[in-house]
Amino acid sequence: MIRKTKTLMLILLLTPSLAVAAAAEEPGGFNMPYGVTPTSHDVYDMHMLLFWVCTVIGALVFAVMIWSLVFHRRARGAVAAKFSGHTRLEIVWTAIPALILVAVAIPATRVLLAVNAHPHPYVTVDIHGSQWKWHYSYPDQGIAYYSNLKADSRKASREHSGISPATVPYYLRDVDHPLVLPVGKDVRLRITGDDVIHSWWVPQLGFKRDAIPGFINRADIVIDKPGIYRGQCAELCGAGHGFMPIVVKAVSPAEFLAWVTQSKKAEAAEHESEQGPWTRQLAMTQGKKIFDSVCAACHQLNGKGIPGVFPALDGSKIVNGPLAGHIKFVVHGSPRNPVMRPFGKEMNNRQLAAVLTYERNSWSNHTGDLVTPEEVEKAR
Amino acid sequence: MSETAEAVMGGEGHAAPLHGWRRWLFTTNHKDIGTLYLVFSLIMLFAGGILAMIIRAELFEPGLQLVQPLFYNSLVTMHGLTMIFLAIMPALVGLANWQIPMMIGAPDMALPRINNWSFWLLPFAFVLMWAGFLTPQGAPNAGWTFYAPLSTTYAPPSMDFLIFAIHIMGISSIMGGINIIVTIFNLRAPGMKMIDMPLFVWTWLITAFLLVFAMPVLAGAATMVLFDRHFGTSFFNAAGGGDPVLFQHIFWFFGHPEVYIMILPAFGVISEIVPTFSRKPLFGRVSMIYAVGAIAFMSAMVWAHHMFAVGLPVSAQIFFMYTTMLIAVPTGIKVFNWVATMWRGALTFETPMLWAVSFIFLFTIGGLSGLMLADVPADYQYQDTYFVVAHLHYVLVTGSLFGIIGAVYYWLPKWTGHMYNDRISKWHFWLSVISVNVTFFPMHFAGLAGMPRRIPDYALQFADYNMVSSIGAFVFGLSQLLFVWVIIQAIRGGAPAGERPWDGAKGLEWTLSSPPPHHSFPTPPSDELVHREGPHGYE
Amino acid sequence: MNSLSNNERYFVANPSPWPLITALGLFLLLGGFGLLLHDGPMLPSLLGAVVLIYSVSHWFARVIGENQLGCYNAQVNRSFRFGMAWFIFSEVMFFGAFFGALFYVRELAVPWLGGEGAKGAAHLLWPHFVAHWPLIEMPRSSDFTVPKAAMGPTGIPAFNTAVLLTSGLTVTLAHWALKRNARRQLWGWLLATILLGASFVGLQAYEYFHAYSELNLTLHSGVYGSTFYILTGFHGLHVTLGVIMLTVILGRTLKGHFTPAEHFGFEAVSWYWHFVDVVWLGLFIFVYWW
Repeated sequence: MIRKTKTLMLILLLTPSLAVAAAAEEPGGFNMPYGVTPTSHDVYDMHMLLFWVCTVIGALVFAVMIWSLVFHRRARGAVAAKFSGHTRLEIVWTAIPALILVAVAIPATRVLLAVNAHPHPYVTVDIHGSQWKWHYSYPDQGIAYYSNLKADSRKASREHSGISPATVPYYLRDVDHPLVLPVGKDVRLRITGDDVIHSWWVPQLGFKRDAIPGFINRADIVIDKPGIYRGQCAELCGAGHGFMPIVVKAVSPAEFLAWVTQSKKAEAAEHESEQGPWTRQLAMTQGKKIFDSVCAACHQLNGKGIPGVFPALDGSKIVNGPLAGHIKFVVHGSPRNPVMRPFGKEMNNRQLAAVLTYERNSWSNHTGDLVTPEEVEKAR
Repeated sequence: MSETAEAVMGGEGHAAPLHGWRRWLFTTNHKDIGTLYLVFSLIMLFAGGILAMIIRAELFEPGLQLVQPLFYNSLVTMHGLTMIFLAIMPALVGLANWQIPMMIGAPDMALPRINNWSFWLLPFAFVLMWAGFLTPQGAPNAGWTFYAPLSTTYAPPSMDFLIFAIHIMGISSIMGGINIIVTIFNLRAPGMKMIDMPLFVWTWLITAFLLVFAMPVLAGAATMVLFDRHFGTSFFNAAGGGDPVLFQHIFWFFGHPEVYIMILPAFGVISEIVPTFSRKPLFGRVSMIYAVGAIAFMSAMVWAHHMFAVGLPVSAQIFFMYTTMLIAVPTGIKVFNWVATMWRGALTFETPMLWAVSFIFLFTIGGLSGLMLADVPADYQYQDTYFVVAHLHYVLVTGSLFGIIGAVYYWLPKWTGHMYNDRISKWHFWLSVISVNVTFFPMHFAGLAGMPRRIPDYALQFADYNMVSSIGAFVFGLSQLLFVWVIIQAIRGGAPAGERPWDGAKGLEWTLSSPPPHHSFPTPPSDELVHREGPHGYE
Repeated sequence: MNSLSNNERYFVANPSPWPLITALGLFLLLGGFGLLLHDGPMLPSLLGAVVLIYSVSHWFARVIGENQLGCYNAQVNRSFRFGMAWFIFSEVMFFGAFFGALFYVRELAVPWLGGEGAKGAAHLLWPHFVAHWPLIEMPRSSDFTVPKAAMGPTGIPAFNTAVLLTSGLTVTLAHWALKRNARRQLWGWLLATILLGASFVGLQAYEYFHAYSELNLTLHSGVYGSTFYILTGFHGLHVTLGVIMLTVILGRTLKGHFTPAEHFGFEAVSWYWHFVDVVWLGLFIFVYWW
């Protein structure tokens, strides 16, 4: 625990922005970000309009109250008036707020319609939220990958980790594979959930959309300028709700195309290497990749899980036990705990065989088994 | 039953009074039942409050220091459920039980045994809800809103006990609502026209309509969750043709009237306190009554403003934005009329008035942040962040809870016959009002800066806001111990209160002794008395 | 409002243990259900049911006893009337939640999943799904029990409509007989109502059996099965409760209770019965027919 002196406390209370700037790399401060999309600009402007309307109304009402509290005290000799109504005044102070609301509703409606417009997109990204990571795929470009909380944050955030969050860059707001998008182009995001409701939110982009299992929510944006924009899941989705951040890397269209080409090549190469004869080395390499991006969210990169919450795979009875049982568990999910879902529905036989092999031969597990895709197929 | 026919016929007024535990378990007396509700709700306030203290202790600094994330979710869930269903609502019903019969000149509530049933259901509901903490898989952890599919497929067994607890609390509230409606319609003193009833009675009448209207819908939603969990149905499962968002629609169709259920009686309390200490009649009392009616009516048409991020069709978003903004109008009228009541009055600031004035200031802040939330595009940034947490705590804590506390200070002298300890009550007030703002005001900024709700650990840019909030929360929590002290002291003794401790007070309850007789108004008060203590008695 | 002479006081009941014991019974029953859902013991729920039946019977017996002694004046009578009316309203709202769910899935969720309307993008996730109602083939039929057909309005459902409507008529005739003090006709028409109500329940049970075994329509049959059973199931439960209450009223009639001028107990149950009838009409139209 960091001890703070009373003086330092006061300083911190009085100048939070300083401390915030020192402690974090993301823009903190008091207000919503102006953001980097027309959506976020419109939303910010709406927010400020409402803020000022509310502030003025509040200030007026409070001013009248404070006047009354000071000058209409019996202790000052005030004598109570007798009036108990004034119809004209009441009509006025009903009509004026109603008119103010109508006046605010007009830009609000305009912005609402603008923000929900769906122009023809330059690139479409399918976003799947699951417990507790995001999956991004570009259907037209043929690229897909998971985006997990970065390992250093994950390690530091564990209870009694002994690692101070202040030493981790972008603590809880950094991922291993960000979402890469081009600036200045219409981007369509199609958002859905794979298990429970999640919510995709990047404040700088100006919106959030829930990821509802079985349904698709669309959001269309244009990013004004290149940069890194961070957000996180905004709908309670279980134990890992606070640990599934979002990072958007906006780059120039040329860089985006270069990244697409590079990613496709990398994925193709990976696919190639995965196609070869089924060897232990291939299985372990592929298996580690899958484990780190899919399984580590719960079971942790070191396989030790979180005691009482996620079982450890390192030294686990199931992992070190009969092969058939282990395969069944991963392919069909846990019979008792739906959080351990049937991965047989999401991965092919090679992928499953790889990750099973990796689990059975990592950390302190030394079964020596090489799980084959055929064995996985049998278990389906 | 070994009672004689005479004993039965004589009813409660004639039977020998019970003592000890039998009195409290078997009572049919509205004052006793009111006390039961109030004592229960005070205990529950601390139960929910302790959960909040653990939450704020964990959020004091970034990193996970005290609790695991899943248990944190249980804390957040149980804090919400306990405060709403076991603290705030029962406290308001307790006030209704004590006050309504006295205020309308009735001998008791219309259905006294059902009244007792409504109370005794609650401790059992508490057991069902909190038993989850003792199970290995933990207490319910899907939020007090228990959205599907988190609550259907992924929630622990304690979720089922929560569902049954909700059914029990629903029955309690529905029966209570029916009792209040019937009492007000049927047991009023003959000389009291509806339009002349005190505002606290009016707000409770309208709240009772909302209870009977909305609570059954919650029961329906909870039942569908139960069926999806155990009987293979797919109300909230798209694979079977259902929709997770359907749960939210049904839940919030209950949920929005629910928040008005929690605030309208508090509005009624403020409408009683402010005229007393301004020594002026309530300004525009008929408009105040219509405003409450309008708020209640509109509350049935705004529910989807809790769902602006789920992907509703745009037309629906527009409709709910307009209705939500519109509900600000009658709410604003109420604030203006309270201020106009104080205007050119002869104000004094006894403790109840301090709570009422701070209610007006701080609830208005909560209401204004609500207006900001009503704006759909802006709400895309506020939804499910600490901005909402700030809003809801301003309206529920500085709103409902402050209204309840003000009511207790206002009527405690009547109930106990003793004046409360003024010095300690002032300490209670000032510590509370300062610390409540230290706790919840920074949350607006945390939300705007990008901090979502219901997370046990957070990025560093949110650290300062959280530390300040946590400090405020600890002070606020501890300050409530002063409240307990004041209450216990006042029950045991204190300066005699007299019939009318507040010289500006009007109403039938102030014509009774303090404490009032166990059975007040066995026959209705005269028309003359009703008129004198009513809104036309100022002339 | 209230016409009360100064001598007539509103009856406030003596302290009574029944509210507490009823609360305990409900706790044991529902808590017991919770345990049953997790392979726990049956005893708590059974015990709860016993305690509940015991305390509710005693409580009502007490009320009836007080009434027979003449404790209840016109004002108390009015309290009971208002109370029963608002209680029935709360029941309407309970069914409203399920009708709301039915409306939503039929008009919104299923069409969206099939690609129609503002949120038709969902169809990308269910490319083989064709929206139709009643929903026979689900978006993912393999997870569910696909029914062979929907439950149409012809046959037993139509007959049951006639049964319930007739029972509404018979209970009204019983009421008129009571007002004329024609005791034999009173209990005759009451008995007819009970028999019709019991037939309804029996026929519904038979329909459920038929739906399960022949039509393959179960609770597990997607959202059509879900809405079908939850609506008709809760309705059937309410009819059963109504039949029990009518039987109690019949018993009281035979004991000589109720006069042409004062018979609120009868009226309360008859209101409830008409409510159950109206809900059925809603069900018949929106669940079976349209």
